[in-house]
Amino acid sequence: MTPKEYKYSPEHEWICLEPEGKGRMGITDYAQSHLGDVVFLELPSPGTQVKQLGKIGEVESIKAVSDIFTPVSGEVLEINQTVIDEPQLLNQEPYGNGWLVRLKLSNPAELDALMNSDEYDAYIAKLEEEG
Amino acid sequence: METGMRYKTLPDISRPGKVGCSLPELDVPPAELPQPELLRQELVLPEVSEVEVVRYFTALSHLNYAVDLGFYPLGSCTMKYNPKWHEDVARFPGFTSIHPCQSVGSVQGALQLMFELQEYLAEITGMSATSLAPMAGAQGELAAILMMKAYHWARGDEARNKILIPDTAHGTNPATAAMCGFEVNTVPSTKEGNIDLDSLKAAMNEKVAALTLTMPTTLGLFDPQMAEINQLVHQNGGLLCSDGANLNALLGRVKFGDLGFDCVQLNLHKTFSTPHGGGGPGSGPVCVKSSLADFLPSPLVAKDGKGYTFISPAKSIGRLGAAYGNFGVMVKAYAYIRSLGAEGLREVSTNAVINANYIKEKLKDYYYLPYDRTCMHEVVFSGRKQKAKGVRTLDIAKRLLDYGFHPPTIYFPLVVDEAIMIEPTETESKETLDAFIEAMQAIAREAEETPDILRTAPHNTPSQRLDETTAARSLDLRWQMND
Amino acid sequence: MPSPYLSNTDADRGVMLQEIGVSSAEELFQDIPEKFRHARFTLPSPLSELELKKELGHLADLNANTGDYACFLGAGYYQHFVPSVVGHIIARGEFYTPYTPYQAEISQGTLQAIYEYQSLVCQLTGMEVSNAGMYDGSTAAAEAALMACRITGKSKVAVLSTVNPKYTEVVDTYVIGRNLLLENMQPDSVKLTSDCACLVVQQPNFFGYFEDVGAYARKAHDAGALLIVVVDPVSLGMFKPPADYGADIVVAEGQSLGNPVSFGGPGLGIFTCRKEYLRQLPGRIVGRTVDAAGKPGYVMTLQTREQHIRRGQATSNICTNEALVALAVTVYLATLGKQGLRRVAELCYHKSHYAATRISQLEGYSLVFPQHFFKEFVIRCPIVPQQINKALLDKGIIGGLDLSHMIDNSMLFCVTEVNTRQEIDRLVQVLGAL
Repeated sequence: MTPKEYKYSPEHEWICLEPEGKGRMGITDYAQSHLGDVVFLELPSPGTQVKQLGKIGEVESIKAVSDIFTPVSGEVLEINQTVIDEPQLLNQEPYGNGWLVRLKLSNPAELDALMNSDEYDAYIAKLEEEG
Repeated sequence: METGMRYKTLPDISRPGKVGCSLPELDVPPAELPQPELLRQELVLPEVSEVEVVRYFTALSHLNYAVDLGFYPLGSCTMKYNPKWHEDVARFPGFTSIHPCQSVGSVQGALQLMFELQEYLAEITGMSATSLAPMAGAQGELAAILMMKAYHWARGDEARNKILIPDTAHGTNPATAAMCGFEVNTVPSTKEGNIDLDSLKAAMNEKVAALTLTMPTTLGLFDPQMAEINQLVHQNGGLLCSDGANLNALLGRVKFGDLGFDCVQLNLHKTFSTPHGGGGPGSGPVCVKSSLADFLPSPLVAKDGKGYTFISPAKSIGRLGAAYGNFGVMVKAYAYIRSLGAEGLREVSTNAVINANYIKEKLKDYYYLPYDRTCMHEVVFSGRKQKAKGVRTLDIAKRLLDYGFHPPTIYFPLVVDEAIMIEPTETESKETLDAFIEAMQAIAREAEETPDILRTAPHNTPSQRLDETTAARSLDLRWQMND
Repeated sequence: MPSPYLSNTDADRGVMLQEIGVSSAEELFQDIPEKFRHARFTLPSPLSELELKKELGHLADLNANTGDYACFLGAGYYQHFVPSVVGHIIARGEFYTPYTPYQAEISQGTLQAIYEYQSLVCQLTGMEVSNAGMYDGSTAAAEAALMACRITGKSKVAVLSTVNPKYTEVVDTYVIGRNLLLENMQPDSVKLTSDCACLVVQQPNFFGYFEDVGAYARKAHDAGALLIVVVDPVSLGMFKPPADYGADIVVAEGQSLGNPVSFGGPGLGIFTCRKEYLRQLPGRIVGRTVDAAGKPGYVMTLQTREQHIRRGQATSNICTNEALVALAVTVYLATLGKQGLRRVAELCYHKSHYAATRISQLEGYSLVFPQHFFKEFVIRCPIVPQQINKALLDKGIIGGLDLSHMIDNSMLFCVTEVNTRQEIDRLVQVLGAL
């Protein structure tokens, strides 16, 4: 189930707002299911400045490598060390314990450009159809 | 095999004090040893007897499938039969026990073989010159791209920083272009399986150094637009380069030079019957038109009044290896060409193309055929009919193992969903093809009726399906022995 | 006569053409424009196996092979004893005719052998991980340099002048391709700037002697660069492994370990490194895992580094490597084992020192370098080396490498365990009589 309170990017990342202008991001269930079993993650170091839709890391499965793009601009505060140590979490709980990066948003207005959960569901339904 | 042996490795068999071979006693007075800081404290390697070495590796060999055991329809790999007399001549001491730094006069036989092979390959491809230096197809591609870069740079045309590659290209093509500092632009293919000429026109400009094309393509199709492609590339000042992996379809019949290619890179371990060795050694010579000859990797073998010698082309891109290429592999390719002659080469392409079209005809009602037209030496199907029932191409491939066949190439080329690329080669009999066809037809039925048996395949092989995820997560890449 | 490599008869072809729905094979080539379809090829007329074996035998006989001559030539390719076991194992069709082991379930023989290979070369070099091998020692060095540039993000490669010059040329070819810079350095004036990704050294060096690699490691690491060591794998039977010097990447030519010299090819690029650089390692890697029945098994792993997945972002474009040569290395190391490899190294050491002593005692001959050496040494000669080698060849001896273009009137001699005392004494005798 696509969480209702999150926002989504066309590259299949999600962002969940937290208090004090922070946000938690990850990749969607659609993304993880297409990747297959995740074996490795490369995430940016805390302190890194990132720009909306810029590449911030990579996620690797046994058959593919995908770039990870940030849905919003800001500064990396922390990365989820648990998912780095146990990459299968990303497959099992992409919206929960498989989160990737916590950011301080530099421009919250950017969220308006992202999709809500209904729009994202429609988006991936169309992708599946085009096949 | 002894019970319990199956899963042992060398450290399990090792026992202190065992030796695997005899060595002579020291027959000279011993010299003083250097200071201890230079010497090794301990060398920890397994200790096994010769008997155990032989049994261990012989047992391992029994776990392998091989061309010598059966059909290997891997697309674009050309897994043809490896003639045995080639192995014998390659082992002549006059070929194995010669040193690359020996005086040229003492290795005239080796140089003559290399010179003649250079000539034969140039003749077969319709080019002017050959370098035998590249040690594999990918290194041949590297040579080709470096040469094309050097060619443009020599003409002061350094703005050309792009290489065009079709979306059906083998992964080594863009990987190599990137290694040479080029930007790769992908050109799409049409739904007929040919290059999209309009897209190619749009992409061709004065920044494009070259277009690399596999011909026939990795879809197993000959692009009838070759003349237009040739003109388009050259009138824009670019070069046309071929990845010659699919030469088996054109042997003895068509010259790359006539099609307009400026260079082509070959695979002796595909088209020219040298064995794959489980992953090499191969050999990837590159043949070029005279416009590129000055840039060939060094050294080349030349013939003058006194005999054969090594030369370095005037503007060579440099050395690709510390010696002259994989000489041991060249001997086998040379033997092959001498035993076939022009007519024999033509028979290769005739039979390769008949065999592939026969398979296409017999399987097109069972698997989706994205390009319903005459194919060349290989045919590409899609597993999408089966995917709709929840069976992936991977499962079809694994189930084929149960029927005693090596699967075709799968998931390549990328433009075909759930791709299955079948290249039978010319050395296979109709009986073998029929058995393969029957197996594929049976699997198509199983996909409908009992899909689970495919998803859990293989069942009858030395190992069942292997867990690649655990391999990548736990990363057990070696054993360790401590003293 | 029909070809023995075609398994179909005219009758078979007739049936197949009918099934395809064409009346002749020519129709299957219709997509090729007519004018291109009938090229003429000028090639020698085909001959039978019987005739060609003789012809190739004649070609082979035109070469002076090291079986018939006493050979003292090294410089990167070495005559070492190859136990018969090796040849028999790699001649098995199940080892030399399969494809790359992408279908792991029917390739466990190849895959397990590669796992053994990776383990054995790590034991030898002291490094933590190995790939399945590259084309040869020189391309392994080149790929190591490129890898160092990727890891450090820097663009300069420093190479010592005492590295095999052919290796330096190959590194240069690869480095130019990526628009990187190669800088040659003298051992006594190594200065690494902050844009240096690595320092490439050889141990023992091209001239046969040992250098202070530990000092190079410190210099490299102080400058934020990696140390790449090109090593003689047989020397590791006796001498300190480069890991102990602080090497980051260790490469070698594997030909010496169970393979004939073969005119320089095929060889094998041994490539090992520290575990932290694993994801930048080029080439194939085999890992151990389990199958669906819970039994141990082997697969190619970390394939996401490779060309067939990463394509343009791959760590290297390498696809086919030298698997059968690596198998020979594996069987060789298994056969020689701990005691055997040490013994081979000691034989090389003592015999080469005996030869060096006796040659340098001849009038006009002197040892050029005072440093410790393993199995190769440079001798200054009283007459032009080219003449010496001609004379030696007439006497059934293949002499050392002519180094005159680098050091006046000098030759690089190599002595291994296959050179007997009689051969060495004869070499000395012939040199003395010139």
